[in-house]
Amino acid sequence: MRAHPAEYDLIAPGKLTAVLKLLSDEPGVWMPIAGGTELMVQYSAGRLGARKLVSLWGLPELRHIETAADEVLIGAACTYTDLKDHPVIAREFPLLAQAAAWTGSIANQNRGTLGGNIVNASPAADSLPALLVYEAELLLASTRGTRRVAYAGFHTGYKQTLLAADEIISAIALRPQFASYHSYSRKVGTRNAQAIAKLCLAALGRVENNKIEDVRLAIGSMAVTPLRLRRTEEVLLGGTAGQALIADARKALEAEVAPIDDIRSSAAYRLHVAGNLLQEFVEGLFA
Amino acid sequence: MNTNMASRQEVSFTVNGEPHTVSVFPMERLLDVLRNELGLTGAKEGCGEGECGSCSVLMNGELVNSCLVPVLQAQGATLCTIEGLAGENSLHPIQQAFLKCGGAQCGICTPGMVMATVQLLRRHPSPTLEQVREGLGGNLCRCTGYSRIFNAVLEAAGQQT
Amino acid sequence: MQTRVVGAPVPRKEGVAKLTGQARYIDDLSLPGMIFGATVRSSIARGAIEEVRFGEGIPWHEFTIVTAKDIPGRNVVALILNDQPCLADGFVNHPEEPILLLAHPDRHVLASAVAAVKITYKASPSVHTIEESERRDVIIWGEDNIFKSFRMEKGDVDQAWKDAAWIVEGEYHTGAQEQLYIEPNGVIAQAGLDGSLTVWGSMQCPFYMHKALVAITGLPPENVRVIQSETGGAFGGKEEYPSILAGHAALLAMKSGRPVKMIYDRMEDMAATTKRHPSRTRHRTAVSADGKLLAAEIEFVTDGGAYATLSSTVLSRGTIHAGGPYNWPNIRVTSKSYATNTPPHGAFRGFGAPQSLFAMERHMDVVAKTIGMAPDEFRRRNLLRQGMSTATNQVIRDPIVMDKMLERALELTDYHAKTSRFAEQNTKSSQKKGLGIAAFLHGSGFTGSGERYLNSLVGVEATATGGLRVLVSSTEFGQGTNTILCQIAAETLGLEYEDVCIAQVDTSTCPNSGPTVASRTAMIIGKIVQTAALQMKQTLIESGLLQPTGGRAEFLAACQAYRKQFGELKSYSRYEAAPNIFWNDETYSGEAYPAYAWAVYVAEVTVDTLTYSVTLDDFVALQEIGKVLHPVLAGGQIEGGVAQAIGYALYEKVIWKDGRMINNQMTNYIMPTAVDLPPIRVYFEEVPYQYGPYGAKGIGELPMDGPAPAILNAVAQATGVEFHSIPLLPEDIFRGLTAQPERPPEPLEVALAAKGSQ
Repeated sequence: MRAHPAEYDLIAPGKLTAVLKLLSDEPGVWMPIAGGTELMVQYSAGRLGARKLVSLWGLPELRHIETAADEVLIGAACTYTDLKDHPVIAREFPLLAQAAAWTGSIANQNRGTLGGNIVNASPAADSLPALLVYEAELLLASTRGTRRVAYAGFHTGYKQTLLAADEIISAIALRPQFASYHSYSRKVGTRNAQAIAKLCLAALGRVENNKIEDVRLAIGSMAVTPLRLRRTEEVLLGGTAGQALIADARKALEAEVAPIDDIRSSAAYRLHVAGNLLQEFVEGLFA
Repeated sequence: MNTNMASRQEVSFTVNGEPHTVSVFPMERLLDVLRNELGLTGAKEGCGEGECGSCSVLMNGELVNSCLVPVLQAQGATLCTIEGLAGENSLHPIQQAFLKCGGAQCGICTPGMVMATVQLLRRHPSPTLEQVREGLGGNLCRCTGYSRIFNAVLEAAGQQT
Repeated sequence: MQTRVVGAPVPRKEGVAKLTGQARYIDDLSLPGMIFGATVRSSIARGAIEEVRFGEGIPWHEFTIVTAKDIPGRNVVALILNDQPCLADGFVNHPEEPILLLAHPDRHVLASAVAAVKITYKASPSVHTIEESERRDVIIWGEDNIFKSFRMEKGDVDQAWKDAAWIVEGEYHTGAQEQLYIEPNGVIAQAGLDGSLTVWGSMQCPFYMHKALVAITGLPPENVRVIQSETGGAFGGKEEYPSILAGHAALLAMKSGRPVKMIYDRMEDMAATTKRHPSRTRHRTAVSADGKLLAAEIEFVTDGGAYATLSSTVLSRGTIHAGGPYNWPNIRVTSKSYATNTPPHGAFRGFGAPQSLFAMERHMDVVAKTIGMAPDEFRRRNLLRQGMSTATNQVIRDPIVMDKMLERALELTDYHAKTSRFAEQNTKSSQKKGLGIAAFLHGSGFTGSGERYLNSLVGVEATATGGLRVLVSSTEFGQGTNTILCQIAAETLGLEYEDVCIAQVDTSTCPNSGPTVASRTAMIIGKIVQTAALQMKQTLIESGLLQPTGGRAEFLAACQAYRKQFGELKSYSRYEAAPNIFWNDETYSGEAYPAYAWAVYVAEVTVDTLTYSVTLDDFVALQEIGKVLHPVLAGGQIEGGVAQAIGYALYEKVIWKDGRMINNQMTNYIMPTAVDLPPIRVYFEEVPYQYGPYGAKGIGELPMDGPAPAILNAVAQATGVEFHSIPLLPEDIFRGLTAQPERPPEPLEVALAAKGSQ
């Protein structure tokens, strides 16, 4: 343990309004901490820059799942276990439920939160590609009120987000309109459990009259942010089964992403395997 | 040294059925509070990064890596550790099964592994091997290769191996 | 021979303590007034220390600070060559080399204090690979960067090439591997005003630590006491390394006058402590027209890191095992261990054999493919048989059941049917399947005259509470030492398992039965436990207190009567070499080991050609080990060893940068989880070894030797691409499958024609 607990303050006001007031009174001073599966690792390694933290853990306003006919609202402090266990999530948003089951271990799923994962903004996070293809919206709360932003624009750079200094994510909104879609997700990690992704592809597609009517692709660990693959989608849209389409789509994918060599894997491997996963998805779409 | 940011405060929780109040810095790790304040050294530090699971305990019935829990977030919680499992004069069936099946070799992963098994069997009283693997996927063991741990879990669940 | 206690699945001696959280590992222990220590380490690979500055903002007056100048004895980590300093003195030879030590009552302040010590260096050129060290552009150790070399020969290799129908060459590489015991290294040291020193800690070898502490402190040996605390895994990683940590804690304890606890966190443990020696092996093999091995020229080279430490003995074992379980009419192994500027590599289960056996078993498949013979048949034709001699000219007098195990392994894995089926399926699927075989052996005990040199001493004593206590320095760290030694004592004397306990290992009260390494505990120490027990019985009979026909109740009563009369009843026995063990260190020939365990492993894999990852679908491990002393413990040793070796083969890569491990966290040094391993099917054969307790031979390291080559052989069968290096990661398979196919080895005519033109 490379940090001195005496040098850190953590408070737990217990109500969302109190947290928001704190962030408004002292913007940039208090770092919100939910389940701590990311921040406590940094802390233990002596790498946590923030010295003042405010706890969002278990706040009832943030840990709930509301299901209405046209929208599901996931409280930002819902844990991965909450997501995995919820029948509506499993039924309407299987890619998200699957990603929740892939994230870390049981113990980490019991503490890690969707909001925390989004704010931490790692390009390798398992659930973020699913949120992109489901076209999630984020509810950002502050004393100024709550605003909605499309998740798609939330990440502005490597570990950079649209979140203002006095804001937290209060909920993630998803529309249950993908029941008829073929869904696919695959994570390639360093091992089968508890692994940070080398790459992760989430995809939704719908075929009608042997043509791709709609397709959504998102990939993780292939750029500085999780990436919606819009150009690859354009190539696929309207396409019919066959190797020609797949070859074109692979080319578009390669042009859209920017994988790197890092401690976990190589750019060349990531690129090639991403193409393979894309191919697997497209072939599955027409099967 | 940096100036202190916080003062000690009282945090209360129950551990293995007993109420405790400790005077601690809010960012002390639950692992360290259990081990150093309460003398419950069953939970171990194997990595300090939530990867090995040897620190895992049950918090409000859920398995957590106590090295990643700031003690303030355990305020009011019901905690269970390995020390609370055995009865007055008998081992818990999970402990019994581990002993019989050779589920512990060096023993350092064992407290966490047993607590993970407790949560697993609560959720899945008759787990498949797949569910056992998944349930224990966050508890690393370097000695056993896991086979006999799986046998112990299935034995504890009352199934034949 | 029917046994009652030996061979039964009795509960682990310390099992209840481990299962209830009562077992006390070193970080669970505290002493009154204890303070905490930490190490300031080199951030460069090689160079002179110019200046050490203690930075601002730290109340240094509250700290105890120790440098090399404070060492009262010799600044050395006593081991073999004694070239490694306990603390760097003016010059460093590897990243993370310890330079100075700090202690403070508040454990939490140490990290920032360590960070506040600013050291400036004048860097010197450094060496980071075997090839760089071989080139000798920079000499970093001795005259020529070589810690040790061996030349082991049998027959006349140079004459054999002309008779060959094929000559096949190959080069094989193995990477470093981190032992990754889940309990990091830790000790507590306490120095008394009376000149005494006690060190508790997580360790394998208390007497190694004792010797090292005597050297560093200059204290009389009888003043130094080492006590093993419950140890959470070791695998060789706590054989020699803890002596360094103990020396550090002792120095801080002596200077501060307080007990000092030093526990490494995972990042420090991974970056600073020993790893398995990386290796490179080059094979040149002559094969006859009917597929018999005629000759081998093998060059086996290891990377030893910055100081000699155990590199000579690792090299020795790797050299002796380099030819595998085969009959070689002619063989020459030349081996060297090279210095590099990295933390010294050290003991890790297998100790050189996993490295050279990986190469041999991988090469066997390459040769088989070249000559157009099935891998199982090629091995069958060349396995050693009873009466034949090994590469060191050791005649194997005991029966060898390798043939039987090979057949059984093929049956259990449905090898031939699956091989055909996979060959067909693979053409139509992205999931390529294959099977791979490894045949190997592992010598139990210290090499050659090593056991005579150790001269191990074992005791048994009658306790005050009416039972028996075993006294050894052999340590428990999960493998089952406590349990099997108590079983052996109980069986020998007709007692119950519950009648026998084992003393906590304490150098002040336990005899020196040598280190707990080299797969020696069951076979060598177990045997001496037997003789000590029988000697105790003899003492009782000679005293008239026990009839020779007396049973358990009589024996225990006699013990109490003897104790009442004489105060205590202790019986000590020393190692006695089995007859006909002759080893020549000059020629490196003779009986290298008193006994070998033998094994055949088969791996079945699926290579996913979308992600290039390897999944193990089945793993069968057959071994002949003399006698299964405890079925659960023995099975557990094999399963655990196979799991570690699967990690060695497919997952565990150490990423180096300028001699430092940069993936030194569990999140990015990848060991297999519960979801990654197949069911490991374990089977034992027993050919009792006459001089082992109840016929037992050693098994602890054996399972490390076979899985990696079996897996890579399976991957080659699955993909048609030959890989020669481990760890084999998906990225490597991707490169191999998408690159040009490797050129097959040249046919003999071409090779001979080329030779003729030289």
